[in-house]
Amino acid sequence: MTTLESMSLAGGPPKSLKNGQKLSVFLGLSSLCILLLATFGIDFPNQGFWLSTSLSGILLGVIGFSWTSYKGEPMGIKNHGVQFKSISGRGLWAWALGIVLTAFYIVLYFYPEYLGLVQDGPNRGLISLFDPLSHALSGNPASQWFVYGTLYTLAILAFGIKFLWKYRHNRYQRLRTLSVMFFQTAFAFIIPEIMARLNGDLPYYDLKNIWPLNYYNFERYRVNAFIDGGDIGLGMLIFGVLSILVITPLLTYFYGKRWYCSWVCGCGGLAETAGDSFRQLSDKSTFAWKVERWVVHSVLVFVVLMTTAVIYSYLGSDNSKYWLSKSQFLLGVGLLLTAVFAWVMVFRRKALKKDAIYGAAGYMIIILGLLAIHGFSDAKHIFIFSSESLRKTYSFLIGSIFSGVIGTGFYPIFGNRVWCRFGCPMAAILGLQQRLFSRFRITTNGGQCISCGNCSTYCEMGIDVRAYAQKGANIVRASCVGCGICSAVCPRGVLKLENGPLKGRINPREVLLGNDVNLMDLANQNSDTAY
Amino acid sequence: MHIVIIGNGISGITAARHIRKGSDYKITVVSYESDHFFSRTALMYVYMGHMKYEHTKPYEDSFWKKNRIELRRARVTEVVPASKSLILEGGGALNYDKLIIASGSQPNRFGWPGQDLKGVQGLYSLQDLEALEVHAPNKKQCRRAVIVGGGLIGIELAEMLRSRDIPVTFLVRESSFWNGVLPEGESAMINEHIRQHHVDLRLGTNLKEILSDDSGRARAVITDQDEQIECSLVGLTAGVRPNIGFLENSGIETDKGVLVDRYLQTNIPDIYAIGDCAQQRIPIGKRRGVEAVWYTGRMMGETLARTLCGQDREYKPGHWFNSAKFFDIEYQTYGWVSGSQGRDPEEQHFHWRHPKELLCLTIAYEGKTRKLLGINTFGIRLRHEVVDRWLTRALSVDQVLERLREANFDPEHYRRYEGDILQAFTSNTEHIL
Repeated sequence: MTTLESMSLAGGPPKSLKNGQKLSVFLGLSSLCILLLATFGIDFPNQGFWLSTSLSGILLGVIGFSWTSYKGEPMGIKNHGVQFKSISGRGLWAWALGIVLTAFYIVLYFYPEYLGLVQDGPNRGLISLFDPLSHALSGNPASQWFVYGTLYTLAILAFGIKFLWKYRHNRYQRLRTLSVMFFQTAFAFIIPEIMARLNGDLPYYDLKNIWPLNYYNFERYRVNAFIDGGDIGLGMLIFGVLSILVITPLLTYFYGKRWYCSWVCGCGGLAETAGDSFRQLSDKSTFAWKVERWVVHSVLVFVVLMTTAVIYSYLGSDNSKYWLSKSQFLLGVGLLLTAVFAWVMVFRRKALKKDAIYGAAGYMIIILGLLAIHGFSDAKHIFIFSSESLRKTYSFLIGSIFSGVIGTGFYPIFGNRVWCRFGCPMAAILGLQQRLFSRFRITTNGGQCISCGNCSTYCEMGIDVRAYAQKGANIVRASCVGCGICSAVCPRGVLKLENGPLKGRINPREVLLGNDVNLMDLANQNSDTAY
Repeated sequence: MHIVIIGNGISGITAARHIRKGSDYKITVVSYESDHFFSRTALMYVYMGHMKYEHTKPYEDSFWKKNRIELRRARVTEVVPASKSLILEGGGALNYDKLIIASGSQPNRFGWPGQDLKGVQGLYSLQDLEALEVHAPNKKQCRRAVIVGGGLIGIELAEMLRSRDIPVTFLVRESSFWNGVLPEGESAMINEHIRQHHVDLRLGTNLKEILSDDSGRARAVITDQDEQIECSLVGLTAGVRPNIGFLENSGIETDKGVLVDRYLQTNIPDIYAIGDCAQQRIPIGKRRGVEAVWYTGRMMGETLARTLCGQDREYKPGHWFNSAKFFDIEYQTYGWVSGSQGRDPEEQHFHWRHPKELLCLTIAYEGKTRKLLGINTFGIRLRHEVVDRWLTRALSVDQVLERLREANFDPEHYRRYEGDILQAFTSNTEHIL
């Protein structure tokens, strides 16, 4: 189909910007320039003023652009030209943005001094520009993380407003977006800073950032600080443990992993707002799905091993130092993993594909083997590697490169959920819960699918939604973050995200609804045989 | 056993897939249109830039080889039942043991003067989409488009062209959009919505003639009101008809489409027809003989596949359903809701429309028995299974209104209107009583 390939060159929607859009781009970019100038060492006399000008200019730029784009347009899905536009169709602008973002992440993670971070001295450059805001919130000077956090929140708010306009006809989308905007601003940005002001000894804690996404939550310095932080500190530590072991499975059982991934999580928040223009870029091939399953679950195993090793390394051999001793802790981890594994294999075996069973069993043997090796030896460090090198490797490979540089820097190339799909161990855990015991599913509306492919195209997680919908089968996938866009873009009202009983949740239909009522009944009886 | 399928649309491909599931027969699918199966209904989104052509393919390209479904890109010029073979364009033949004709439709042309000029086209095939890219790539090269024929494809074409800001004049023969199918309230709402999208909607207007420029390209149309409208593109969207010209001398009995019995078999053994191109000898219930609809094509494909795999199965479509989208308004229909023309006097309608939003619903029922006949919704999604069950159990209109909530399929957190609807119905009924 050579002619079709050339279509984006021949035609496409009107590319020229409206005047309001031009004005907004000018406002936004010149405000961004202030930050850039600061980065390159220009000293601004009145930092508070210039920072406020810059941040509000960026915010107004994005809002103005969205307003001129959507005002006067009838409500509804308007993805006109998404595939033709340079920024959303992997054109020049997409590559340029990808490179700039990637460079920013590399500097942020590995060379913060270029942003003006000074150890043991007053900040310079960009970071010093943020000092007034940081002082106002926490009383401390800014760090590169404060700068990042501020810009991150700004991006979620500004593009969140754009998203609210774009999907103003859709209440699910509006509520969900207000939710991520709230959690980012309050929980990730303001509350931890204020807590730092109230009690400087408590570790910085974004309460919605749950281990293993927050892989460093149980490291020695944090645990010590929690314990030393009195009742509040201890409460936070207990909350951190309960989050992953109790709260998370419960909420996922009732609502699916979406309660976290597309309503609360900060990574998800950025992906859904600033990353919305890139959702169509995710890879839908079955090959990508296979890679996803292996990679994301391997990261999960990695983080479990790493965290176990790190905690183990600082626990005492008896209970004098901490409530748990080394061996009690290891035994606990071993028992928990065995219990989960056994439950899955006994009750949910049918729901797993063969490679999932092999993978799970393989990893289980490795983990228990490592624990056993430890039990029989008196090694200083658990496992083959030292806990410190495990931690460093994880922090570098997963915490920085995967989640930041690739996960966000490559938004315009690989789509907005690369990290969530391939790398996030939290998403992996929630995904297992969602697949194996959750009331959540995307219901397919009988025989109404026309196989158009809008759902699959706009699925940011790369799920081939259509493959299920056109069979009349419900979509129950570990990776689904429940963003609801498939349902929004469907031109025939085929998909509905909902929570309901486990019975009949997964329903491979032999006969499509429509032909012959008796056959339909037969199909529905058969549909309850598997989970 | 070698099964040859002419046409790789939804009917032919559904048949092929299910034959593969149920047998080890050799399967060959012949198509002139494209290398692989794609979703015809999604062509509009390719032009609008929502998707690329690649996205419209429901199966990865490796699927066909893996499932041993042979794909052949060729045009069939003749079917020779005597030798059980097909003659292909440019020479070559293909033998079959069983033949499935699933050759789809082609746009209607009613002998308008100028209908074969450059820049005059329908919108059905991949080639039509390519032609549209040539004739109407943007608003500079296409100063105005005139669309002739107010049906589902016409309004889709209007939406497509408007997505590129091309001015559109929409000639509709009827006095209100699609009112042969839609009741008056619904049709009126769609008229409004079409105009909201800045389409120059001309109701009760026919095409008389298409004028040519010096190079043989359409430059204007003349309407039956003798108005001349300058344009660069003329979209002919006055329905489709079965694409069966190649069967002319084959001995296969045809009328509008290929005539088939309930087992989808033609008058000649081992030759079957499904989808848009098939015509039931005796129409099923209130259904038309030829049903050019995605869903029926798919059902026929699956039904025939079962028959060919040894489980004889009659084509027995359940309750009628269909759906469409008119610009921003989703439409679903279940059962039979007649349009404003030619309605049985026994058929009563309850119509509700939201005072501000573009939402409405019509329930058709029998006046005497109050039995449910069908439901149309605009901007409200209904659950197929539930409405299907209501139709099967022949609920009364009163029962349906009380249970309307059960059938809602709108996304979570959407505003619900069952209360308003029931209230409107109750006050309406009281008024009548």
